[in-house]
Amino acid sequence: MNAPTTVATSVAPSTEQYCTFWVDGLFFGVAVDEVQEVIRHQPMTPVPRAHEAVHGLINLRGQIVTAVDLRVRLDLQERPADRPPMNVIVRCAGEVVSLLVDDIGDVIDTSDRGGAAPVPPNLPGALRDVVREVRPLADAILLVLDVDRALDLTIHDTDTTGGTP
Amino acid sequence: MDDDAEIIAEFLVESHENLDQLDRDLVELEQQPGSRDLLSSIFRTIHTIKGTSGFLAFGRLEELTHVGETLLSRLRDGEQEMTLEVTEALLRMVDTVRGLLDAIERTASDTDPSVDVAPVVEVIERLLAGEPAAPPATTDVETAATLQGTDGGGVDPTSSPDGLSAPPSVPPATVDEEVWDGVERRTPAADPAETFDGAERRTVVDSSVRVDVDLLDNLVQLVGELVLTRNQILQRTEAGTDAELGRASQRLDLVASELQESVMKTRMQPIGQVWSKMPRVVRDLAHQLGREVELVMEGHETELDRSLLEALKGPLTHLVRNALDHGIEPPDVRTAAGKPAKGTLVLRAFHESGQVVVEIRDDGKGIDPARIGAAAIDRGVVTREQLARMDAREVLGLIFRPGFSTAAEVSNISGRGVGMDVVRTNIERIGGSVDVQSEVGRGTTCRVRIPLTLAIIPALVVGEGGERYAIPQANLVELVRLEGEDLARDVERLAGAPVLRLRGRLLPLVHLAETLGGGEPATDALTVVVLQSDDIRFGLCVGEVHDTQEIVVKPIGRQLKGLAMYAGATIMGDGRVALILDVAGVAQTRGISATDADAADTRGDADPDATALLVLEVAGGRRAALPLEAVARLEEFPVSRIERSGTAEVVQYRDGILPLVRLAPAIGLTETDASDEQVHVVVHDVGGRDGGGSVGIVIDRVLDVVETTLVRSDSGRRHGVTGSAVVQDRVTDLVDLPAVVALAGAGAR
Repeated sequence: MNAPTTVATSVAPSTEQYCTFWVDGLFFGVAVDEVQEVIRHQPMTPVPRAHEAVHGLINLRGQIVTAVDLRVRLDLQERPADRPPMNVIVRCAGEVVSLLVDDIGDVIDTSDRGGAAPVPPNLPGALRDVVREVRPLADAILLVLDVDRALDLTIHDTDTTGGTP
Repeated sequence: MDDDAEIIAEFLVESHENLDQLDRDLVELEQQPGSRDLLSSIFRTIHTIKGTSGFLAFGRLEELTHVGETLLSRLRDGEQEMTLEVTEALLRMVDTVRGLLDAIERTASDTDPSVDVAPVVEVIERLLAGEPAAPPATTDVETAATLQGTDGGGVDPTSSPDGLSAPPSVPPATVDEEVWDGVERRTPAADPAETFDGAERRTVVDSSVRVDVDLLDNLVQLVGELVLTRNQILQRTEAGTDAELGRASQRLDLVASELQESVMKTRMQPIGQVWSKMPRVVRDLAHQLGREVELVMEGHETELDRSLLEALKGPLTHLVRNALDHGIEPPDVRTAAGKPAKGTLVLRAFHESGQVVVEIRDDGKGIDPARIGAAAIDRGVVTREQLARMDAREVLGLIFRPGFSTAAEVSNISGRGVGMDVVRTNIERIGGSVDVQSEVGRGTTCRVRIPLTLAIIPALVVGEGGERYAIPQANLVELVRLEGEDLARDVERLAGAPVLRLRGRLLPLVHLAETLGGGEPATDALTVVVLQSDDIRFGLCVGEVHDTQEIVVKPIGRQLKGLAMYAGATIMGDGRVALILDVAGVAQTRGISATDADAADTRGDADPDATALLVLEVAGGRRAALPLEAVARLEEFPVSRIERSGTAEVVQYRDGILPLVRLAPAIGLTETDASDEQVHVVVHDVGGRDGGGSVGIVIDRVLDVVETTLVRSDSGRRHGVTGSAVVQDRVTDLVDLPAVVALAGAGAR
């Protein structure tokens, strides 16, 4: 849980390329070298009693991948039932995790499109927590996601905090 | 002795490899004298051999390698110069070591008089003393020459370096001839027995291959994938009508199972590997702490997965240290307490229901719950109120809490308060558990349970809320189905908590649906999976029971790590993911803890002579009994499913063929008319984990499961029956299982 920050900072300057996607109308980007692949909606096995943002587990070629719903994670509106999410498979702290998003955008190169701006302080807390920086582009504002923070769920499972027999 | 033989065999394989490396190193050293790296490498090799030979009590080998090591260390530290004489002395030492190893391989001891270590030791000692006197020098030179003629050439064709071929101009002196003769005789002696020697050598050295562990791990991974794919294919072909495909997939099934078993076996290692270090640890500690301890080790050959073995090393050593430090008292205290001055520490390993159990038992002073309680309050581990609510077992469990240590004085062995909780964490990390029992003044027993292997486990798949969950078979005790009257009679609520009356005991019930966050389902039937984890036993009510299958345990992400109720996840035949329930975690989540009855039950302490029997009816009313532990499962098949293979009856069962034996004729009774449409079958696993060696024993019906102390009588003894006993006031035949199983003949492989 501590190591990821170093990964993030070492990644950020090395690339200006972002894999982009939409979540509830917001335009997000993840550094391309953190993204393994993008796949369609998969059959999902729910995990009862897990954090509410954990939407379920998928079978990615024999590997078990946790799918985290970004809408829930970011405290956004619930996804309409008729819109199956897409999986953005990211690598994070040695694990492979799926981010559930609404739609996939292009891979964009921001190197010649102006620099990064700090995160506006009036963003809702859940967003401010996980957005590393913003990049105002001509037609949209790209929110650069800090994957490690986005996937750091503090489990509120009161049942497991008790003593063990 | 067998254990020793195994250790020795390992030592030989390792040493032969090391010596080959040593030969190369020594020869290379001549090209670049004074290479620190080479010298260090050589030093390490000899040091290793010395260490092990000391441990295995090969005195002569130790003596030889000891002087060699001294010489090498001085060379390495630059205190001695590398000269031709030194090289030759070293080569000669290596040769003699080889001779001794050969002798050990032949006779299991290094006392073979044909290998003489004294002259070599003498030469090296002379070199160490810094007197390169002429006579020994000639000895060396002559040695080297002979060496080339006999062994040197065989070791490495390129190893007849000019540096060695030059000196033989020195004429061999007669005295030296004699000295050398001792060693050389070994070769001619081995020659006539070439075939013998060669064969022997092959069994130890050439029949085993060293493989990179990563490669093995990779293989296990791949086999895991293969097993999953096989499951998928089997599921598809079961529904299909293509007979050819069906046969091919049956074959695939078989091959995959065998492959899986073999690959798993490659990773299995006897626990003796970890234990081999214990005598030394115990000796040193006992010495340091002023204790007298006799170490008894049982079950060396118990095998478990290599990775588990690795993970077990630390915790086991720690438990042994604890036993010596906190358990066994100093001799005077023991004598005063009326115990023998010498304490006994028993390490015992054995297989039990798919798990490996390792016990560390001492006859020391035991753990006083009162002291533990007081210390726990002192250290703020628990509050006084919490402690008051705990029973003796729970209080003992406190020693596994972080920050707990009762050593009155912190020693450098244990008592720093970072011990037992780390032990438990490490054992739990590999899916195991540890518990402790103790009797004040009598001793303490720590019991560590670990799964056989991490990768593939048999599991029961159950369904709840449209999803499937896998329960490790190791935790499974039995399945109980309750309907109608039985349900009303046997399930009761105590202050809202459901309990099941099961054979005279109250079993707490937990609804899986509730555990998963739903409500308690209202049903007119109940399927209870009776589960056991350590000393905790409870019934898990599930929606449906699918089947048992081999599952590949896969880790789940850190987002789910906080959930104690899941042990991991697996991929089912249809490619979907299913969660694996962690039985201990479920119990913990639902607040179920061990009761003394459970504890007594698991240990069988209550009545050590009691045997659990499956009592059944055969041949129209005759009673027979099988040991319950021999029963893998109970099944019912429609008569129409029985097919014939040769003269044997078989049924297709769990993706394989199950040979059937009718119990009545097998124990000399007349078979009743098979008017039933169902046959009742007791499935018995003859051997092997994957059901490959199962036999179905056809009976009329199951009467009961009883736990009783058998008073065996020889009356009624005949083929298939070992005797009889009175069970539940009725005379009951005791089935001779091996004899009955043998009737299944070739069908049961």
